[in-house]
Amino acid sequence: MATEALGWWGVPLAIAAGTMRGGTPFLFVSLGECLTEKSGKINLGLEGTLLMGAMSAYGVSYLTGSPWFGVLAAGLSGAVLGAIHGWLSQQPRVNDVAVGIAMIIFGSGLAFFLGKPFIQPSATQLPTINLASSGMAPAVQAALQISPLFLLGLAIAPLMQWFFRSTRWGLFIRAVGDSPEAARAMGVSIFKVRMLSIMAGSFLAGIGGAALSLYYPGVWTERISSGQGLMAVALVIFARWNPMACLWASLLFGGAQSLGPALQSVGIREGYYLFNAAPYILTLFIMVVTCSPRRSLVGAPGALGTDSQGRA
Amino acid sequence: MSSKRYLNLSRRQVIRGMLATTAFGLTAKLGTGCSPASNGAAAGGGADGLTIGFIYVGPKDDFGWNQAHAEGAAAMSGAFSSVKLIEEASVPETTAVVESMRGMIDIDGANVLFPTSFGYYDPHVLSLAEEYPDVQFFHAGGLYQEGVHPNNVGSYNGYIDEAQYVSGIVAAMTANAGRLGFVAAKPIPSVLRNINSFMLGARSVRPEATTQVVFTGDWAEPIKEAEAVNSMADQGIEVVTCHVDSPKIVMETAERRGIMCTGYHADQLSLAPNGYLTGAEWDWSSFYTKLVTDISEGKSLMDGSIPHMLRGGLREQFCKMSAYGAAVSDEAKAAADAAIAQFMDGSMVIYDGEIKDNNGGVAVAPSESLKQQDVKLEQMNYLVEGVIGSIGS
Repeated sequence: MATEALGWWGVPLAIAAGTMRGGTPFLFVSLGECLTEKSGKINLGLEGTLLMGAMSAYGVSYLTGSPWFGVLAAGLSGAVLGAIHGWLSQQPRVNDVAVGIAMIIFGSGLAFFLGKPFIQPSATQLPTINLASSGMAPAVQAALQISPLFLLGLAIAPLMQWFFRSTRWGLFIRAVGDSPEAARAMGVSIFKVRMLSIMAGSFLAGIGGAALSLYYPGVWTERISSGQGLMAVALVIFARWNPMACLWASLLFGGAQSLGPALQSVGIREGYYLFNAAPYILTLFIMVVTCSPRRSLVGAPGALGTDSQGRA
Repeated sequence: MSSKRYLNLSRRQVIRGMLATTAFGLTAKLGTGCSPASNGAAAGGGADGLTIGFIYVGPKDDFGWNQAHAEGAAAMSGAFSSVKLIEEASVPETTAVVESMRGMIDIDGANVLFPTSFGYYDPHVLSLAEEYPDVQFFHAGGLYQEGVHPNNVGSYNGYIDEAQYVSGIVAAMTANAGRLGFVAAKPIPSVLRNINSFMLGARSVRPEATTQVVFTGDWAEPIKEAEAVNSMADQGIEVVTCHVDSPKIVMETAERRGIMCTGYHADQLSLAPNGYLTGAEWDWSSFYTKLVTDISEGKSLMDGSIPHMLRGGLREQFCKMSAYGAAVSDEAKAAADAAIAQFMDGSMVIYDGEIKDNNGGVAVAPSESLKQQDVKLEQMNYLVEGVIGSIGS
């Protein structure tokens, strides 16, 4: 054989590459959701935000020729959707889960509507950082082409951890999420803190969309998100609202996505539907293992999902 | 402040409003419910009042299956000024398609429908066809069964595996080691037939060639399709092709990884200018125009003047080949052109026994020579020798 075949080594390589390629959108969405939920509100609408981000990134990159403008546009479009969610979900007697579902439909509908002209053209993709030296096998070289967005997400995770633990603003967000009454007594505006947290979280989710359409797989189609926004919400729960744990969980999910195709390509013939379902089985498994009827989840913000509207 | 009233409406006004809306909705529903009968009666008249509905499973410009049909529909509607074309894209293969079709018949008065996705047929098209016996349903696929399914249902499909056979020849003669790859959606007969014809084409010029198959599980799985191409590139596969709804990702990922590809559904040369060898394209424009000419002359499925199974390949202009890419040698072009010539004069039989399946069994017996029209090919449930993969789950 003229070309070097990797054989079984292809499987761990594909999973390793998959963690970096496929994990990036998970990472951004879950970090965004983590920030949002820390302030005590749930934003299920990130699935719609992801699609909107993917569409705006692709569209702007195509129209201006600069992928970085696309990333910025994705973040901004996310923040706008976040502002809508932030305002709506904080009205009296409005349930944030219900608003989130409405935002999924709104965000994806808007993205499909505005995205029609961008399905066909090819937009400028984000440049990748090549970590491999030229002596390595081409497969390894391809796996080591890392997106700057992945590195950005890698940096944001510990930064957010530090932000929650050690800064005044982080304390405000935690206070609003855990005990709105106490936060109000401190003189913190619950509305503003939640609004900003949701907008910032949606900004990150929008960038996650940009990673989908401008890095991997690098196209804009209506099926591009395939439920990743919702999975990232579940991912935050078993990451225990901890940004660093979000990072590991995202990598795990990204890797699990590439398992099915990788195993088939080395000749594992049976059970590919099972392998394709790997991320979902993993979610279920972790949820079952970590849930207990005797205690509530450690790390869950106290006011999460309750209608704890401080009357301002 | 707690008893804020937003709209100043009393409870009585709200109830009255709701009653009025419901009543209006009911009459509107009943009113349109009557229309299909009258439309159906008018349908026999001629091209006047012919309303044709197209339903696609994805967006209309996806470089794939849907784009091929939408281009065909546009060409057809351009040829007939009196035909009203209505289209709906991104309709899933669920009861959603029943609602789309019902809406097209009841509200827009459609008399001919083209539900273009495989999964629309059973049970959705079948149930609606019984309900509206005057509307003609043309389904893209090979699922019609004479005597079992309603009389106003027809199915049409092109033998695009003929074009895949030619692609296989080009791919095998261009790849150094003869290692080919195929990204497939689901192990159903029409997909398996493309894989097998691609492989048989490749083996007809290069007996040691192999085709690695990766099934993604659904028609549009962008990330899995990209992963599949990446994994195959890692394994040293030299040429990939696919049978998924939108080949865009497969072609772009192959180009990025520096391997070659052959297209499917539509021309994808612009997506992979270096690695694109050739491709199997649909040619629905001529088919739709011809079919609608027949319908406007008063022919119909119901009286048998339009056959229930419409089939054709390269010769009947159901499909065509993309122009050869830069990497294709003159030798490969000559071999491919020879095969095309055999398809054109009707002398080519792809499934000519003996053909073994990839488990060592006999797929096509030595005495058999299955022509394209043979129903046995529509029930294909094997992968031929040389294909690496399995159709079991």
